[in-house]
Formats: sequence, C-alpha cells, structure tokens
Amino acid sequence: MSELKPKYLKLSGLEPLVVTPENNFINVGERTNVAGSKKFLRLVKEEKFEEALDVARNQVEGGAQIIDINMDDGLIDGKEAMVKFLNLVIAEPDIARVPIMIDSSKWEIIEAGLRVVQGKCVVNSISLKEGKEQFVQQAKLIKRYGAAVIVMAFDEVGQADNYDRRIEISKRSYDILVNEVHFPPEDIIFDLNIFPVATGMDEHKLNAIDFIEATRWVRENLPYCSVSGGVSNVSFSFRGNNPVREAMHSVFLYHAIKAGMNMGIVNPTMLEVYDDIPKELLERVEDVVLNRRDDATERLLDFAETVVGKAKESKVDLSWREEPLQDRITRALVKGIDQYIVEDVEEARINASKPIEVIEGNLMTGMNVVGDLFGSGKMFLPQVVKSARVMKKAVAYLLPYIEEEKLRNPQVGDSEGAGKILMATVKGDVHDIGKNIVSVVLACNNYEIVDLGVMVPPEKIIAEAITHNVDIIGLSGLITPSLDEMVHLAKEMQRKNFTVPLLIGGATTSKAHTAVKIDPQYKEAVVHVNDASRAVTVVGDLLKKETKKAYKKNLKDDYEVFREKFLKRSVKKEYKTIEAARKNKFKIDWNTSKIVPPKELGIQVIDEIDLEKLLPFIDWTPFFRSWELHGKYPDILKDDVVGTQATDLFADAQAMLKKVLSEKQLTARGVFGLFPANSINEDDIEVSTVRTDSDTIGNENKEQYVFRTLRQQLQRREGVPDYALADFIAPKASGTQDYIGCFCVSTGFGTAELAAAYEKDLDDYSSIMIKALADRLAEAFAEYLHKEVRIKHWGYAADEALTNDQLINEKYKGIRPAPGYPACPDHLEKLTIWELLSVEERIGVQLTESLAMWPAASVSGYYFGNPEARYFGLGKIKKDQVADFGERKGISVAKATKWLAPNIADE
Amino acid sequence: MSNILEILKERILVLDGAMGTMLQRYKFQEADFRGERFKDWEHPLQGNNDLLSLTQPEAIAEVHRKYFAAGADIVETNTFSGTTIAMADYYMEELVYELNYESARIAKSVADEFTAKEPHKPRFVAGSIGPTNKTASMSPDVNDPGFRAISFEELRVAYKQQIEALIDGGSDILLVETIFDTLNAKAALFAIEEVKEERSIEVPVMVSGTITDASGRTLSGQTAEAFLISISHIPILSVGFNCALGANQLVPHLEVLSSRTDYAVSAHPNAGLPNAFGEYDETPEQMAEQIKEYVEKGLVNIVGGCCGTTPEHITAIAELVKEYGPREIKKIGVPV
Repeated sequence: MSELKPKYLKLSGLEPLVVTPENNFINVGERTNVAGSKKFLRLVKEEKFEEALDVARNQVEGGAQIIDINMDDGLIDGKEAMVKFLNLVIAEPDIARVPIMIDSSKWEIIEAGLRVVQGKCVVNSISLKEGKEQFVQQAKLIKRYGAAVIVMAFDEVGQADNYDRRIEISKRSYDILVNEVHFPPEDIIFDLNIFPVATGMDEHKLNAIDFIEATRWVRENLPYCSVSGGVSNVSFSFRGNNPVREAMHSVFLYHAIKAGMNMGIVNPTMLEVYDDIPKELLERVEDVVLNRRDDATERLLDFAETVVGKAKESKVDLSWREEPLQDRITRALVKGIDQYIVEDVEEARINASKPIEVIEGNLMTGMNVVGDLFGSGKMFLPQVVKSARVMKKAVAYLLPYIEEEKLRNPQVGDSEGAGKILMATVKGDVHDIGKNIVSVVLACNNYEIVDLGVMVPPEKIIAEAITHNVDIIGLSGLITPSLDEMVHLAKEMQRKNFTVPLLIGGATTSKAHTAVKIDPQYKEAVVHVNDASRAVTVVGDLLKKETKKAYKKNLKDDYEVFREKFLKRSVKKEYKTIEAARKNKFKIDWNTSKIVPPKELGIQVIDEIDLEKLLPFIDWTPFFRSWELHGKYPDILKDDVVGTQATDLFADAQAMLKKVLSEKQLTARGVFGLFPANSINEDDIEVSTVRTDSDTIGNENKEQYVFRTLRQQLQRREGVPDYALADFIAPKASGTQDYIGCFCVSTGFGTAELAAAYEKDLDDYSSIMIKALADRLAEAFAEYLHKEVRIKHWGYAADEALTNDQLINEKYKGIRPAPGYPACPDHLEKLTIWELLSVEERIGVQLTESLAMWPAASVSGYYFGNPEARYFGLGKIKKDQVADFGERKGISVAKATKWLAPNIADE
Repeated sequence: MSNILEILKERILVLDGAMGTMLQRYKFQEADFRGERFKDWEHPLQGNNDLLSLTQPEAIAEVHRKYFAAGADIVETNTFSGTTIAMADYYMEELVYELNYESARIAKSVADEFTAKEPHKPRFVAGSIGPTNKTASMSPDVNDPGFRAISFEELRVAYKQQIEALIDGGSDILLVETIFDTLNAKAALFAIEEVKEERSIEVPVMVSGTITDASGRTLSGQTAEAFLISISHIPILSVGFNCALGANQLVPHLEVLSSRTDYAVSAHPNAGLPNAFGEYDETPEQMAEQIKEYVEKGLVNIVGGCCGTTPEHITAIAELVKEYGPREIKKIGVPV
C-alpha cells in the first residue's frame, strides 16, 4: 500500500506549508513584485526598504500563504535588490514565517535568491524556452538548492496558447524533470498561462476554457504536480469595470479550482463571492469563461455597461428604501444607517402582535446577519459598533411600548436573551475602550450586558453578579496591578462558590498569566479573550447547553497543559544576583559624556494648550489597533482587506476631532520639571528640588527626592550590559552634575462627560471614539512636550529636525520612559513624580489606588537627556532585588512583592 | 559499508558521545596542543581540539576506542571545527585538509580494529561536519539586520574541502550536525552533492539540527517541521536533532520528525542542561531512563550523546536499545 501514499508539495519559511487537497487553494501574495506594484517599485528604487518590508508584512497579515518577490526592472540592480530585500525579510519573523517565491526571468537573480533563503522556496520560473539543455541545468541546481519550481508552459517554439500545446509542453517538461533530472514530481508547479477572454478576437475565445481543461489534464496525467497562475489576466479586457472583473475572477477560479488549480495569484479585494454574483451577470460571465455561446462576448459587453452604470449610481441610491421591511431593517443594521430605523421599526411594530416581536424577529434577524458577516471576517469592528448604535436606537424606541404591553398583559415575561454577561474594569483601573468594544459586540449577538464601568471593587462585582444572576463575568484591565485584582476576584468567586465562567481581557493580560495565576484559583472555566470576534464564539460555546460541559472541560485541560508547559520553560531562564548585575551595568564614560545643563530648571505648568498644535504629533497606528484594525497608518487606509473600513473610521475620527477642536470640548494640561540629579547607590537617582519665586505649590521644605530604578537580571549574552535607568545619570561620585526631568500631561479633561453624553444618546460608537481620540491626543501631547523640552526648555537638542515618523520611531536623542512600562514597570514611582511635581494640585490628574491616572487619557514619565540613554525592557527580576528595592524605598518586602509581582521571576 | 542500510532496518544503531568532554579529562595544556610540530606557531592553540588529531593522535584514538568498547556502532571524527572558516580563529586554514584526513584515518583504523574482532557488529565512522562559527541567514549586527558575516558560496567552498578530506580519510558516513542555521546546512548539503557527482560515488548522509531552546525552534527561527522540509531535498540516511537540549526536551521535536519523514531518525542529546557552572551532571542512568521514551515510542533509529556524555552514558544507552526494535524506515537515502 505504501507506494500509493500521496506526495505533497512541502514548502517552508520559518514554518511549514504543506499543500494538501484540504488546502484547496494556496494564495500567493504579489504586492512585493516591482513588475506588478508601482508602489513597491518606487520603494525599492528609493531604497525605502523599511516600507517595502511593510508591504510584505501586510500581505502575510492579510493571509498570503507564500510571498512572491520580483525585482525585474530595468532601472534597478535586480540581483542586489533581491539579495538585500530577502536578507531583510528573513530578519522579520512575522514575514519570514511563510515560504518565499523567488520570481525573476533572470537566472542569476534566481540563483542569488536561492543562496540567501534557508527555507524551501519556489522558483518562479523556468521553461523550455531556451532549450532543453539550459532547462535541465537550471532544474538540477534548483533541486540541489532545495526549492520547488514553477514551470511555464513555454518552449523553443513559443508560449502555449491552446489546449494541445499546454499539454504537449507540460508533458515534455514533466518527463524531463522527473526521468532525467530526478526532480521530485511533487515539487513541480505548472503555470499554464492564463490569457484574457472577451477581447473581441475569435482566437481568444477558448483562452479560459483551454486553461481549465489543460489544468484538469495535467492534474490527472502528471502525478503529484500542482497548477498555478495569475488570475487577474483573465479579465484584462474589462479594466475599469470592477464588478464584472470580480465576477470573472470568481467564476474562473470556481471552475479552475474544480479542475485542479491549487495555487495562484489572486487579489482578494478583486473577488466576488461566487454565490453572490447576480444571476444575470453570472450567466453571461460563465458563457464567456466556458465559451458556451458564440455571442457570449457581445452579451457580456452589453451587460457590463449596465453594471458600470449601477455601480456608479449606488452612492446616492435610495432604492433600497423600496425593498420589503425586513430587508430594509437588515440593511440599516449591516450598513450602520440610523436615519430611517425609527420609522422602519414603527412600521414593524404596527404589523406585530406584540412589540417584543420586533426585537426578537426583525431586529435579531438583521443582527444575526451582522454576526455572521463579522464572524466570517466580512465585516470589521467599527462597522459592528455602528450596527449596535442602530440596534440600540431601535430598542430604545420600542421599550416604552414593551413596558406598556407588560402592564397590560403581566404574564408576558422578559424576553429570554441568549444570556447575561457582567462586564467590569477592575478596581484601580480606568481603561475601558476594549471592554466597551467587547460589550457592544456581545450585545449585538443578543447577550444582555450588565456593564459596571471602571474602577469596580471586587465586592461590587460579586454582589452585582448575584443580583443580576449573570451567566458570565468578564473582567478587563490595562495596567499591571489589575492582574492581581483579577487573581483576587477569581479567589473570591471560588470562596463564594460561584459557578459562572470568568472571562479575562485587556492589554496586559495574557493567556500565560491567565493560565498560571488566575485559572488555578477558580474551579470553573476561566478564559483569556483578547479580541471582540473571539469573545462571541467563546461566550457562545460557554453558554450553549449541548456543548458547554465539554467545552469547559477542554478549557480547563488546555489551560493546565499550557500552564505546565509554561512553568517548565520558565525554569530554564538563568538570573544573576543583583550584585552581579550591578557590576555589569551599562557604563557611560562620564569624563567624555556631553551633559547639557537645562536652560530652564524647575517646574513649569502648561495650562490649556491649543489642541491644534498636537495634531501633527498624533501616531494613528495604535488608534486603528484599538478598533482591531491591524496595519500601519497611513498604509492601512489602502490595505486590501481593511482599507475601506479604516478609511471610513478615519473620516469619522477626523470629523469628531474637528468638533472637539472647534468646540473646545477637551482641555489639555501638563506639568513638567527639570532638576539637578545624580545617581547614587548604583540604582537610585537623587533629585534636588529647584524653587522659583512664583512657586507656591508643593512641599516647601523637602529639598531632595529619590527615584528608585530597577535593574535587569536575566542572564544574557556575554558583553550585554544589565540596564537600569540610573545608568543614564552621572553618579554622584563622578563629581559631574547631571540632570533629569519628569512630566505628566493629560488631554482627558472632558472625555468622561462627552462619553457619558454619547452613551446617553445610545451612541457607543462615538463614546468609544472620543476615548480613543483622547488617548491619542495625550500621547501626542507627551511627544510634543518632549520635543519642546529637548529643543527649548532643556535645550540639549536645540538643532533637532525630525519628522513625525521619526518621532514615532523614537529617533530622537534622550528618552521619556513611563512608570508602569517596560523600562520601569514599577507604578509606585508615579507617587514620587506626583509629589515632586505636585501634579494633582497643579493640573488635577489623580492617581487611583492601583496608580492608574485619572483622567485615563494621561501620560507621565521621566526625561533622560543623555545621548546614550535608550529604551529597554526590564524583564524578570529576582527576589534579592525585590528585597533590596523594598529596603531602599522604605516599604515592606510584601508590599514591594505585590507591586512588582508581574516582573518577579518564579523560583 | 553498504550494509549499514541493512543494519538500520534491523536494529537501533548507537552513535558515540562527546569528544570534548573526554578530551577535557586529559587536561592538555598549550604545549600539548602544540606538540613538536607547532611549537613555534605564532598564535595560541590551546582549545583547538581538532588539532589534537595531529598532535595527540593516540588520545583521539583512545577516545574512539572507549566509545566502540562501550557499544557504539558509529563514532564521529574529531572534525567539528574542521573548516577554513572555523580554523581562521587559529590561523590554520592551510591545515584543514590534513586535519580532516588524519581525523578520519584515525577513526577508521580504530573502527577496523573492532570490526575485525567482532565481525558480527561492524563499526562505522561518521565524518563530523559542524556548523562553523558564522551564520548565513542571520546578522551578527542588531543594527543592520540585512548584513551577513558569511555567504552561501563561502560556506559551500569551505565545506567542500572538508567533505573531500573526510571521504579521502575513510569516513563511511557524512554527518552534518548541530545545525543552528539551516542555510549553513544547505550549503554543506550542496557541497556534498557536488562531490558525489564529481566523483561518481554514493555516501550516506546524516543531518542533525539543533533546537536551541524551549521555543522549539532552531536559532535561525525554524520549527522542527520547517527544518525537516528545508533539508529533505537530497537523499539522506537520517535526520535528527542533537545538542542544546537534554534527552527529554527533545521528545516533542523527535515526534515531529518521526511522524513526518520517511528517512531514519537520529538523536544525540546533551547529558541534560548545563548547571550553573556550565557542567553537565546527568548520570548515565538518568539519561538512559529518558531515552527509554524514544525507543518505547519508536521514535529513533540512531541514538547517541552530545555535550557532557561519556562512554558510561553510551554503555547505558547501548544496553537499553538492545531490548527494542528500530523505528520503521520507509525510505533509505539512496538516489532515485
């Protein structure tokens, strides 16, 4: 039997790609091709390789399973560009995980590419065009380099352009490769030439069907090989008419895949769902592709004109208002149009026997469509949140009628929703964008949400969970102390014998923390869920009667296995003692280091800065991320997959931003100070206060403050220093006077009120939007102020000229690390900053019990001006440093352990 | 020699243990490394273990002898750093051919001794081809990720010289091992194919990668399966993993190989993980106990030891595997 075992095409990047019949179709990304993408060509020409890498990354993120790289252009040195780009690609694990297709018509470029890629590539392409000898020689080398190969249907006579020639050339190529070169047949991929149809020329009529039939023949007669092709060629004659092109691609692929085409280059945005092609168009396209009638081309051309017309009209088209009621409601929900929803719902209510039926029937029907589209990746988060806004409006309109109905007919109980979910941001934490998004999406799926808001103490969560008899509890948090709060809550739930599942989410949470720290505390299900689309399936599985028991058991087992694995791996890390780490600190030569004394020492307040000034400093990429749209701004606006959504979202954001600015809805305030400082006792920084005459706030008597920094302890490569922030400040013993700064900025004054007003108006979309914008403005303010400090107030970089991109990429001199973030994860240091700068008295930003800043849209941190100062991650530290830290700070080891917990290595 | 293919189908073959660990016992000093021939060499030579094949050949032969006596079927030549690239550290690029040739010759003569004594258990020599000290698909400079300290071509040329010398000296097998960068290994495999073609010979090739840590990937970032796919393009005798991890940490990765390759599977793990002093302290019994899992699950065809293992470890392993049948091999690395 073993000789019947199938042989599959196997490729590799950092990860394997095995092409089995189950894969159905392997999509090759083609954006990194200078011949096909003007943008990529420009980037390569201008040597903007960073951005060129983003093109590759976006393709992989967008689902390309192989990336085709082509540098064939007259104006670039193709060999050099290929090697350079491949070397860079290989250094990016998120790109290099997929196999690479080395694409060139020049053998020397192909060979240069094969010499730099460790994984098993695909060579694109070779053929018999220049004769058998060269073909054999190249194939032999490709085999020796360990790559698969695309063979073009091309020979000494020319390119195969009909069925017989395709078969003739592929058969001959196959026989030479398999019998003479001993090339593994599973590593052969035929490109059988996809040519345009409906060109108006008779000889092109069979182009598509010949390809399809030749594909079928090749797959049946040349064992184990694959068939590939560039699909967009087929619709070449309909350039400019996307509806027709998209339909043609779908039809062509539908038939070609059935015939055995299992790989190809397809632009996913230029593809219509086969089932969704209007019947008339489908019939005409199939006539052309399959050459079913003599007048197929003419008929499609005629029809194409009407399709173009319709597509243009639809922008102002209100014809959907003529459609049946349910279609209108569904459309309003899917498209997020709230203009007509009240009148439609009213119409539905009049038709219904009970008002509740409108929710359970009409509205849920629409929301199910939304849920399905979102679940299958055809709708994106901002759209869903807009749908929810329409839904809420509709429900709000119906509520009085439902209440009335209840009074009239008390037997009618509450509607039975899918389940009740309590959502809360834990005690001490104020961040709720992610939580609100998950709440909205769950609400869209018919779950009833009990949202307790932010800073919710555990007693309240427990009490409300009991009162509302909820089915699931969801906890969210962004800052590290929230992790402990979640552990505490899990313990409490266990103590009270709760049985409802616990969902964990938020930026600092992780599956590892959930599995290791939270899951063992609670006997029932605990799940880490970090995105809204997964939340829906997880909640569904947790509550579905038939499956929930098995699902929960699986979860428990999964987390246990994960926990064991995780703990096993964590013991392998080696740490140094804190003494050893201190000996290996980062050494700056203080004799030569250039220290610039600040031009303006002391504390300054910036009251009500004009927000307009901050706009150029906004980093938009994280804004899209908070909406679960992944990609780098501004490329994301043109992204194949999420581009349209990102563009819409961005437009909404701009509109709101404009309003915020013109109506001065948000107030921004900041405070910063620059002080003489020196490092002492290796890891501490002693700061001397500076009083100005007008300074009446703050502790008059205190002359000195000390910042405590933490030092890396993980055993790393020889020669790599163990950093602490104190290393960037001259030691007192050096006799050199050094300086430090610290700051707090906020753009959050007014956010809570605006958000509450939107929520009252049932507009979660805008409520989330304003918070996301305030966060961006706060970061922009921090960036702006840092620049002002560098150039003006401290003045060590007076001649700096950096673009916004360079700022975002931290190209500036000096750093502004923030307590609670990787270089200094200790939130307690905020207390010192608050005292030193009298932050609360001066600008009104408060610290919660978990040391989160309120308003939430605030940023605080230090300024280090030394050119050698750099960002680093502390990583895990050992108990010896924790004890030492507690002693230095004058707090108990227990307290220090509690605050540093996420950074303490397990013994 | 050709009967190694037959033997592989019948039983699990035992590979030797660490050379370096054994040589440490001799406590050779600078003068011992130099011997008479290199007493005036301008550069320090202590630590150049490959050189001992020329200056202390009896010690090398003795180590091989101990491993054969312990039950090893295959010993590796003392040539882990035998390329112009690695020997550049000692300015000994010119000696590369001789080092490999002599190392193979010494191992072969000891193997022949044992085969003569015990014809029912023929002994084999695997020419050890190390990774060199440079990587072709990673940059040594974090600020310049596109930079490469060595090219495929440079590696291919260096490997080719080593391979020719190992074959000339009498190696029965070539073992490309401790692969932390698959591209380096592909250059070695490319060179092997060239030599085979130029000389019209066949030589069995063992390929052994290194999973660096608990991430389950090679240093150059590949998963076990991606590694397997990347080196399966030439006919090989076996594929496996060695070094970096102890026997039990290798299990999941060997399971991947075993379930996805038709070639034989090999493993020569370290004697556990190094302790705080960089020493390996897993006892022969402890190691054999872990290797039991390999054979009980039918994961391997060839098993031995890497860093920290000694003849005692190999005895324990050889005793253990006697009791078990080999993993079923569907394909032997002979040309199509």
